Amino acid sequence: MMNPMTSARMSAIEIRRLKKVYKMGVERVHALRGVDMTIQKNEFVAIMGPSGSGKSTLMNVLGCLDRPTSGSYLLNGKPVEKMGAGELANVRNVEIGFVFQTFELLPRASALKNVMLPLLYSKANWLGARRAAKRALDRVGLADRQHHRPNQLSGGQRQRVAVARALVTSPSILLADEPTGNLDSVTSDEIIGLFRQLHDEGQTIVIVTHEEDVAGHAARIIRLYDGRIRSDLPTAQDPIHREWVNQAAERLSDLADEVSQHPVEATS
Amino acid sequence: MMVFRVILQTVVLALGQIWANKMRALLTALGIIIGVGSVTAVIAALTGLQNYVLTEFETFGARTMFLDGTVPESMQNRISWRQVQLTIPEIEAIREHCPAVERITPRYYNSYSIRVGEFVKEGVLVTGIWPDWHDIQDRHVIIGRQFNRIDEEEMRYVCIVNDEAIEELNLDRDPVGDYILIDNLRFLIVGVVETKQLSPMFGGGDVRSEVFTPLSTSMKIDNGLWIRDAFAQMTNPDEADEAEAQIRFTLRNLRGLEPGEDDTFFIFATQQAIDQFKGIAAGMTAVAGGIVSISLLVGGIGIMNIMLVSVSERTREIGLRKAVGARPGIILMQFLVEAVVLCMVGGLIGLVIGQALTLALQNMPDTPLEHANIPPWAIALAFIFSAGVGVIFGMFPAIKAARLDPIEALRHE
Repeated sequence: MMNPMTSARMSAIEIRRLKKVYKMGVERVHALRGVDMTIQKNEFVAIMGPSGSGKSTLMNVLGCLDRPTSGSYLLNGKPVEKMGAGELANVRNVEIGFVFQTFELLPRASALKNVMLPLLYSKANWLGARRAAKRALDRVGLADRQHHRPNQLSGGQRQRVAVARALVTSPSILLADEPTGNLDSVTSDEIIGLFRQLHDEGQTIVIVTHEEDVAGHAARIIRLYDGRIRSDLPTAQDPIHREWVNQAAERLSDLADEVSQHPVEATS
Repeated sequence: MMVFRVILQTVVLALGQIWANKMRALLTALGIIIGVGSVTAVIAALTGLQNYVLTEFETFGARTMFLDGTVPESMQNRISWRQVQLTIPEIEAIREHCPAVERITPRYYNSYSIRVGEFVKEGVLVTGIWPDWHDIQDRHVIIGRQFNRIDEEEMRYVCIVNDEAIEELNLDRDPVGDYILIDNLRFLIVGVVETKQLSPMFGGGDVRSEVFTPLSTSMKIDNGLWIRDAFAQMTNPDEADEAEAQIRFTLRNLRGLEPGEDDTFFIFATQQAIDQFKGIAAGMTAVAGGIVSISLLVGGIGIMNIMLVSVSERTREIGLRKAVGARPGIILMQFLVEAVVLCMVGGLIGLVIGQALTLALQNMPDTPLEHANIPPWAIALAFIFSAGVGVIFGMFPAIKAARLDPIEALRHE
């Protein structure tokens, strides 16, 4: 079935010549024009690009929410593009944890119930699901908030619940689509810190973002432009990111200068 | 196993959803509620009416037949009613030649004033009978004796009174051997017969004094030329048609009626009436069922409408559920179960309302609906129908939900 050469060092994600064409009326929109990408297990990758670059489409294909028009997608060595709707649902349930920009929590359900949701569609029994959900909430630091409803939680806490929900089935890949897009900078740092912690624990993470500081936490940045990969480099070697880091450093030193010139204001 | 768990989960989920939108669910299910409530009440009323009528027929006796002369419409101008009255030889012929008829008694009656000492009561019904009357009417002598052959042949002035007459005429507790004056003729009381409450349907009503004499005696004192009518008892209640055919054959022969001529007599068999009534009741139930299926159809459209609203309101939720691994079949089932649960909850409320209406019917004064009740089959039918409506009208919205594209659904505002 599978080539032993590849199975020996099986990648988490392996896509080849991936194309996605949408039909908008009579027009054909080429969202992805042939993407090749390999993500190893335990990697932390950020996908970046301007709006319309195809990063959301790529994310949907990676998350098995959408099927590519052509090309191949091996998820943990299994070809996804040949799967039926039922099998895809199963893959989403077992292999993939999805974190959305807008959290997508069920408003009337408690945090615990929200986290249990994916397990309702798995083979787990109710008690086991409850235990797993509690563990996942504990992992994101919300053990004491399990019975709160989303409207009783802050934005950061809601996103933590969403992360716990993504983790509850112990997926091989955690996909996050602009997870900090709806959060302020302090909470963003908190959530990205959580991702780093999960990565340190061995979780494979792919994150879509347009914020350089968020991408800076990833080990590798893939930049998409017009449906193609423009660059795919470790974060430290990515020229755009380095430029942004330098500018940030300059701003910081300017700020430091200003603070030293007006010591009274700064301390007050 | 997993299927049961998922169904249980979806039922709980659906109940939660209904509870979260109580008012909307109630309004949505109103069609079902009214449909089920009204049909169960109508069926309860029909059942009550049927019980009442059947009980009434029972008091008349399921084996009893009633015979009388009648002038058919086709002979209205040719013969008089006198010519069609039953005669004693005809009654005797029926007794001889109809094996399906076990007993028969002619009747003759009139009202007289009755005097007991100084006490006078006007308008007491005095009925002439043969002794078989007691068995046919199931009213037996409790004190004294029946009439015998000699009483009949010699037209003796003997009588039997009912226990109500003892009260009204101020007779002794045991009046056997006492005399009363019927139309100023002296009659010896030989027995007391029990009173039976006969329903108004068969000329009964308030219990009152009754006096019985031998048939021949009653005709003699009134100078009666014809008997009034006759009661017969069939050998077997299932052979009403056979008994009727035998009597008809005998009477037509005796009266020399040509084929094609109408009967100059009239036969009423309780069993036939019961069968007819049951047919009518079944027809009425079917009509009520038809009306209700229209109401359930309307209710079902209401359910479909609200389920479509629910699907579009919860598009994002459906998208999310799909994104975390819900198969289309599960989503389909979730919405289908929700529609079915909604309908069945409506059916349950409808049944409660139907039961309340039934209680109201039972306690309505001056109606024969004391025995109104919802039969178990109607309850089962109400639930099956409600669930069926849920499945049929929930299917389209559920398919719509199951077919939603998760990406589109998650983008939905």
